[in-house]
Amino acid sequence: MIRSLQRSLAAAAVCAFATVPALAADITGAGATFPYPIYAKWAAAYHVLTGAKMNYQSIGSGGGIKQITAKTVDFGASDMPLGAEDLAKHGLLQFPAIMGGVVPVFHLKGLKSGELKFTGALLADIYLGKVKKWNDAAIAAVNPGVKLPSSTITVVHRSDGSGTTFLWTNYLSKASADWKTTVGEGTSVKWPAGVGGKGNEGVASYVQKINGALGYVEYAYAKQNKLAAGQMRNLAGKFVSPDDKSFKAAAAGAQWSKTPGMGVILTEQPGDGSWPVTGASFILIHKVQEKPEAGREVLRFFDWAFANGQKMADELDYVPMPEAVVKVIQSEWKQVKDASGKPVY
Amino acid sequence: MTRNNALMDAIFRNVTRFFAFGVFSLLAAILVSLLIGSSLSIEKFGAAFLWNDNWDPVQEDFGALVPIYGTLVTSAIAMAIAIPVSFGIALFLTELSPPWLRRPLGTAIEMLAAIPSIIYGMWGLFVFAPLFQEHVQPLLIDSLGELPGIGALFQGPPMGIGMLTAGIILAVMVIPFITAVMRDVFDLVPPLLKESAYGLGATTWEVTWRVVLPYTKVGVIGGVMLGLGRALGETMAITFVIGNAHRLSASLLAPGNSIASALANEFTEAVGDLYTSALIELGLILFLITTVVLACSKLLLMQLAKQEGART
Repeated sequence: MIRSLQRSLAAAAVCAFATVPALAADITGAGATFPYPIYAKWAAAYHVLTGAKMNYQSIGSGGGIKQITAKTVDFGASDMPLGAEDLAKHGLLQFPAIMGGVVPVFHLKGLKSGELKFTGALLADIYLGKVKKWNDAAIAAVNPGVKLPSSTITVVHRSDGSGTTFLWTNYLSKASADWKTTVGEGTSVKWPAGVGGKGNEGVASYVQKINGALGYVEYAYAKQNKLAAGQMRNLAGKFVSPDDKSFKAAAAGAQWSKTPGMGVILTEQPGDGSWPVTGASFILIHKVQEKPEAGREVLRFFDWAFANGQKMADELDYVPMPEAVVKVIQSEWKQVKDASGKPVY
Repeated sequence: MTRNNALMDAIFRNVTRFFAFGVFSLLAAILVSLLIGSSLSIEKFGAAFLWNDNWDPVQEDFGALVPIYGTLVTSAIAMAIAIPVSFGIALFLTELSPPWLRRPLGTAIEMLAAIPSIIYGMWGLFVFAPLFQEHVQPLLIDSLGELPGIGALFQGPPMGIGMLTAGIILAVMVIPFITAVMRDVFDLVPPLLKESAYGLGATTWEVTWRVVLPYTKVGVIGGVMLGLGRALGETMAITFVIGNAHRLSASLLAPGNSIASALANEFTEAVGDLYTSALIELGLILFLITTVVLACSKLLLMQLAKQEGART
């Protein structure tokens, strides 16, 4: 009832505004591939509601940053937050729009989802190629009572540059000093071991095909492909399972307003229920808008998405931004101004 | 009227010439833009780029040895399988097959050539690789892997994917191209020549080896080069099955990387100018490899033509 009322109100609003052409301005964005499904879904719903089109090109985070600095799009999107320096250099405002979790997935005959536990240091050693067999003492130590096979571990990683890889390597760097010095973090790194699959779907299919494989994918891919996911030990020392609850817990304690550009990397967050490899995907927009209508339309779109897009995000296994964080984001939006210095939204 | 015709002729000639030279300028433009795009990487790494086996986006240290090695090895495997098989198919189609079977078989081969490469890649990953991992690779590791010398080529855990798998998938992909060309040129051999040979008591094999092949060698080499060109530049199918690991290993069962596959994988998310530049330099190297291969085949053909002159 309330929903249909909302809808008719929205429709009435559309009719009322329909005479003002500036409101139907189409906006374009480009960047990260990870949030593409949810942005596209939001855009479709938003289009039905308001008639305004949002075109999002999922060309990758690197491409998104290039496009927004060249001002060929109205907003850019990146899985890896830009630092305060880069933001200031290009005059960009950054805010998180959607979150997700990265989970370790494995393929071992006889072991189901949740039956294997990992720690950060252990995963780092496996990805470094130091732990080679599934029945290694290091794995057995965190998995007492689990019958581990003697098969070789085939490490699977991403072959393309990706925000997922950034989160994964960022986490491994925090968990293991050895990883930090020999490999480091980035959207693509020099992998010491394993095979590379293209995209989350590539990693997922390798893990499905190779017995003894261990990989990492976005949570949505693990769920949709029914891959066995492992539990992980978080900063508080508790083993947690990957789900929207543990992802939200990781986001809850983060210091959003204190981090420059809201560029919080949600790996190894405090809290008993926090999933250790969680991350947000970010939107980049110019602080001084040459076309104030476009800037206003971008912010209006995300304002609408934060208020109405949560269910759609849940359906696609993303984690929507918590309300408290949305409030911080909205206050940041005051910094987006037109040429005369007036806030556009 | 004649003046009008002459004018039309002139226009036609110039338009076609413009198109033809357009190809040249396009080629030159590609080369120049590759050179400009990779200048940063060329400046930074110099010639060492060619034999550096490191590919580290975090430390920004790039070398092309692994992708170059992967490209050459997978293509070599593909050609080693595809040339004899294609030769056999073409020979059967032109010399041995009953006439009613020729057309359906020929069409089937041509249809194989029309399948998009991503389909081969998916088939390779979902169907071929698991079978290969379970049934063929353990066999190879236990038998050939034990031998001294070549044993190193067949060691390591069976993963299904890797350079050997990529080479085999490539072979399947280039067989239709090579076969189609070979069949067409074999068909051009004048029946008179073949029948004379048969009349002298030659076997089918002798006719093929002594009459058909010498008569058609230019076309056969052309077909092989066409296949090799496709194998060197193949992207999607390789990306699926090569394993995409920037690591040099002696074993053919180990994952590797090829130039085209590295480009397809990493270009979209390459952050930083040097990374992009290194990838473009990989593209430039592939361009040069293809040019060298084409030049070599031209030289080979010229050499053959010279020998012919000497013999007669």
